[in-house]
Amino acid sequence: MKLLVCVSKTPDTTAKISFTDDGSEFNAAGVTYIMNPYDEWYALVRAVELMEKGGGTVTVINVGDASNDQTIRKGLAIGATDAVRVNANPKSALYIAKQIAEHAKDGNYDIIFCGKESIDYNGSEVGAMVAEFLDLPFISFGNKFEIENNTATIEREIEGGFEKCQVATPFVVSSAKGMAAQRIPNMMGIMKAKKKPFVVVEPVEFPDYSTPVSYSLPAKKTGVKLVDPENMDELVRLLNEEAKVI
Amino acid sequence: MVLVFAEASKGQFKKTALEAVTYGYKTAQVVGGDCVVLTLGEVDDAGQLGKYGASKVFNIANAGFAEFDSQLFAAAIGNAAKELRAKVVVLSHTSMGKALLGRLAVRLNAGSVAGAKTVPSVDGNTLMVTKGVFSGKATAEYAISSEIKVISLASNEIPPEETGTPVDVENLNVDLPAPKVKVLEVNLQSGDTAPLPEAELVVSAGRGMKGPENWGIIEDLAASLGATTACSRPVADTGWRPHHEHVGQTGVAIKPNLYFAIGISGAIQHLAGVNQSKVIVVINKDPEAPFFKAADYGVVGDLFDVVPLLTEAVKKFKAA
Repeated sequence: MKLLVCVSKTPDTTAKISFTDDGSEFNAAGVTYIMNPYDEWYALVRAVELMEKGGGTVTVINVGDASNDQTIRKGLAIGATDAVRVNANPKSALYIAKQIAEHAKDGNYDIIFCGKESIDYNGSEVGAMVAEFLDLPFISFGNKFEIENNTATIEREIEGGFEKCQVATPFVVSSAKGMAAQRIPNMMGIMKAKKKPFVVVEPVEFPDYSTPVSYSLPAKKTGVKLVDPENMDELVRLLNEEAKVI
Repeated sequence: MVLVFAEASKGQFKKTALEAVTYGYKTAQVVGGDCVVLTLGEVDDAGQLGKYGASKVFNIANAGFAEFDSQLFAAAIGNAAKELRAKVVVLSHTSMGKALLGRLAVRLNAGSVAGAKTVPSVDGNTLMVTKGVFSGKATAEYAISSEIKVISLASNEIPPEETGTPVDVENLNVDLPAPKVKVLEVNLQSGDTAPLPEAELVVSAGRGMKGPENWGIIEDLAASLGATTACSRPVADTGWRPHHEHVGQTGVAIKPNLYFAIGISGAIQHLAGVNQSKVIVVINKDPEAPFFKAADYGVVGDLFDVVPLLTEAVKKFKAA
């Protein structure tokens, strides 16, 4: 099977988030970047597992500038066969999805994987957009994935439980925790990654319809009010009378 | 005109659907025109949505809507939006809404904001909408400049408000594709508590519990409050609790009215998923636990003593 995995570069999960003084831009100084965990741990690893079992290829695709190359190479070290970077500085999900769809439309991919959302902009939009551009079915938030004779059985997270569904290739799926287990690339993988095909293509023109224009951090808590551990009646009173939440 | 897709589960509207209708009503007041609601498939008493500000409710009947296929649902909503000439399309930021928003943005050649927290403001032809970013560590204001805009509303942000009276429901016919996704099985956790993303009260516990066998006191506290239970990542990873209970940056992001963090130290990744809770209560025996810095109320003490006392206090309060 021919598989495509969409990967994004995001700040590390422990990164302290800050913005320029006027609040117009993310302050990247001192921030370590990683591959978006949902893309790496679940989407990419599941795709690599399917290839190891049934053959085929796994292509990773990213829309970004050359500073993303290290992240993309990690995808190759984990086991992808080749990589594509669309050379752009994306500002909106629709722009990113358009670039991925442009690459995928003539690629005859059986399955396009992405993470359930990126941990920076948390939109959960790109997978659905790619699916719509290509007129393909889309299963979101998959946490279990099996495939036999081109028909996949996928468990997807829904509020308060899960739904098991079936869909035939080609389709797009977004991946949540449970679909696979994180893999740490080994030395052999890292060495091999250097020799794998990695192409950079220029983007197609597309407008940005929706972009962030300013950022702000949440108001700091004014300080914790400590309650005597032996007086839980007082805590209940505060939650009722002061905080008005029970 | 603002078109709201009101999501139903087994024919019943969820709270998130009522929030979306209220949001659509408020958005229509800002951008002009009516708030029109679309329902799909068999739903009970769709006319009641008039109470939350719908001036009209349309229903598209099709047996396919009994199972969720994003392609089918997006075609229905997108074609209805075109037919009714909607300027803004509103969805709930639920598992269904998340699968639809991107599709509708493409279909309608529209700019989108996923998980909006505020009613938009208007700046010429541009809508300004705020949403959470960096997994709850910050908020961003987005400018949407396309002719049609699609927005999904985050849950627990805009409380449903009754502003009107029930309206009639009209049938709408649009072209629909054949569904390609087959739903084989739906598994919902039993119990009466709200699913985590929608829960108003959440009782969450972490490694301080020492083992899965001790969770009875957490369940008792949650039951006394009518709260939903949750847990930290290490607890889900070691299998003490099911994965769907994991809240935090790589788990479920939540913003209940009240969040109890019991025996959870407060790592930055955990805080990212819960720090939008309106009130946070931390119970931890370590006074240096970082979570206290993010808390509104704190109890420094042994959770195995404090939690049963708290449950008793809640029961006494509820009985009074």
